[in-house]
Amino acid sequence: MAELLKTPLYDRQQELKTKNVSFCGWDMPIQFDGIIAEHASCREDVALFDTSHMGEFFFKGDIKTSGINEATSVNVEALAVGKCKYGFLLNEQGGVIDDLIIYRLTDDELMIVVNAATRENDFNTINSRINNATLQDKSMDYAKLDVQGPKSKATLEKYFEVDLDSLGFFSFVETKLFGNDCILSRTGYTGELGFEIYANSETSIKLWDALIADGVAPAGLGSRDILRLEMGYSLYGNDLSETITPLEANLGKFVNLKRNYFGKDALLKQKEDGLKRILMPFKTTSRRAARKDFEVYQNDKKVGFVTSGAFSPILNVGVGLAMVDTDSFDETQSMELRDKRSSIEANVASLPFITK
Amino acid sequence: MKKYSESHEWVEVEGDIANVGISSYAVEQLGDITFMELPEVDSEFSKGDSVAFVESVKAASDIYTPISGSITEVNELLIDAPETMNEDAEGTFIFKLKVSDMGEIDALMSQEQYDEYKETL
Repeated sequence: MAELLKTPLYDRQQELKTKNVSFCGWDMPIQFDGIIAEHASCREDVALFDTSHMGEFFFKGDIKTSGINEATSVNVEALAVGKCKYGFLLNEQGGVIDDLIIYRLTDDELMIVVNAATRENDFNTINSRINNATLQDKSMDYAKLDVQGPKSKATLEKYFEVDLDSLGFFSFVETKLFGNDCILSRTGYTGELGFEIYANSETSIKLWDALIADGVAPAGLGSRDILRLEMGYSLYGNDLSETITPLEANLGKFVNLKRNYFGKDALLKQKEDGLKRILMPFKTTSRRAARKDFEVYQNDKKVGFVTSGAFSPILNVGVGLAMVDTDSFDETQSMELRDKRSSIEANVASLPFITK
Repeated sequence: MKKYSESHEWVEVEGDIANVGISSYAVEQLGDITFMELPEVDSEFSKGDSVAFVESVKAASDIYTPISGSITEVNELLIDAPETMNEDAEGTFIFKLKVSDMGEIDALMSQEQYDEYKETL
């Protein structure tokens, strides 16, 4: 097996009490002090996540004529400079090659942020869909730190010249951090007030050290997964894949079917034909959590499978998402989530699981 | 004196009753514990049987009894507060068992042997 990649923060993290896991080719911390403690830090205070494994592509070219506006579901042309938008890179069947966020840096420049596992294929796919434009993969030049939680703004204020209050949700600014360039984005994967900071290794290490010295709790991928699931945010590889469309993933609000882009025709047809399956949020009736690949049963008939599941420390029950067959699934009835060992009772819930 | 099994349960005997829990090493591996399924009192188990079940934020795992016997008591506190396991794994019993074969206790590892065993994992 190829050696795992390490983020610039790896050595700093090893100085702390950390447990690491192999994640999409990267050696990443799954937890520091504990997943539930880190979850609480983020929900009640502020937490620091290293998400440097994410990929960053930089596009330069004419938005209208290069093909970039049709390469993904994001209508870049309608995106103002200083704003970013969530969307999908789709295959011709409408399946999701990746979910991503596109940042409008200038009139003719974009940053495209993608998942680590799909980075290479994303790059090649986008590149094959554009002409007379350049696309560069600068993932290894950029580290990324997420500072998330109700106190994130108060924590970060002293490090930036810009007024953080002026940054609306899904807005960003190119600014300075310790004298170096960075992108400060009012985005996140937790549902809390939060910021994502894209900067080079040296700057990111300085920020990591400063925030740890400030007492900000470092948090790993374990708590991040619970935080995102409590909000109902999709995780690529679980809730989204090449065989799951955004409509099936219940993310129709993020795809405009009146615009043209790769995969859109398939989505339109799927909508016209009616969805055969859809991602359904569920809550268990106990502290038990179903996990990915548990099977969903109603009246002893298999009607779907779990794509994500976790224990919610806020709700004290299991929460999750299940892909269910629209023909056979009855939303008004409870369901059993089964694996070889367990059978867990659950009911349909609405998103987000927690009210913010 | 505590004895340990290769599947990371600990056993502490008082008279003919054995307190059984899981080691702090095992709890550390599981992470925050969120759910415990406990056996029924008076049920009989043989050494190696799955007796209880634990779910954590990261994983789910069976808990096996390292000795044979019948259940005399379960720690009901763990149903509503399974996180007690994270706070004090070695001081929190999961179930008590009336030991049917004291010889099985002798076959378990001492603290020192268990520490050496963990090093090999």
